[in-house]
Amino acid sequence: MKGNISFLAGAIFGLGLLLSDMIDPARVLAFLDVGSGIWDPTLAFVMGGAMIPMFLAWSLRRMLSKPLLANVFPDGATGLLTPRLTGGAVLFGLGWGLVGLCPGPAFAALLLGGWPVWLFVASMLAGMLIHRVALSPETARKPA
Amino acid sequence: MIFDYPAWTAGAIGGGLIGLASAVYLLALGRIAGISGIAGALFDVRRPEISVELSFLAGLILIPVIAVSAGFQTDIQITENPVLLVVAGLLVGLGTRLGSGCTSGHGVCGLTRFSKRSFVSVVVFMAVAALVASLIRPLLGV
Repeated sequence: MKGNISFLAGAIFGLGLLLSDMIDPARVLAFLDVGSGIWDPTLAFVMGGAMIPMFLAWSLRRMLSKPLLANVFPDGATGLLTPRLTGGAVLFGLGWGLVGLCPGPAFAALLLGGWPVWLFVASMLAGMLIHRVALSPETARKPA
Repeated sequence: MIFDYPAWTAGAIGGGLIGLASAVYLLALGRIAGISGIAGALFDVRRPEISVELSFLAGLILIPVIAVSAGFQTDIQITENPVLLVVAGLLVGLGTRLGSGCTSGHGVCGLTRFSKRSFVSVVVFMAVAALVASLIRPLLGV
């Protein structure tokens, strides 16, 4: 049951990326490139459209004692601004601005965008693995 | 600016679907639909119920290609510079895990719960990405 609902959520998410054209890195770069003179604001409409249901979901979450199919809701954000948070955001911004792909569209475009998307996704997963083995808080806490 | 009203409308509706999917993931499964977090979970061998994340990724990867084979038109334009693809991929993978989220986790899910961390993250990665896309890409000639 959980797996089916999760598959459905992923499917709707992927359909949203396809319909909004965020699956096309050129469309994303046309938003990020503010100096070209032909700025394309579509990404802002996508973010706005996505935030409405999610804002309602957080309101509904306060009325529920637990999720419909699970035991606990995720923890609240801790509110701590750390060098990890901002440093990570800088690195992510560098990569996103270079190619125009962030994780969601990268997976959604995997079977449609040819070898460049495969190479990007493989490198992205490698970056996540590097974080996991060398930089995650769990790794840092391990005794030397 | 390009006044492309059909693209804006499709963007808002597509965005609505992204938000709906994230809402279902939160309210039914008690999880944050942050794609970098979902993908990063693949490397967390002790994580319980990894099948939930795998199912989400399967839907995310398979549905666009099914929709396109059913006749939906799309055009994916991406650089074919392998060095650029590898460097950008590494930066996105490492950066999103270090910073605990990406456009979906911090952007869609975090901002709507008024998380200060997400707000700072989104401002930083948007500003850096805009700087790179506007100034660095033209300098590199890509």
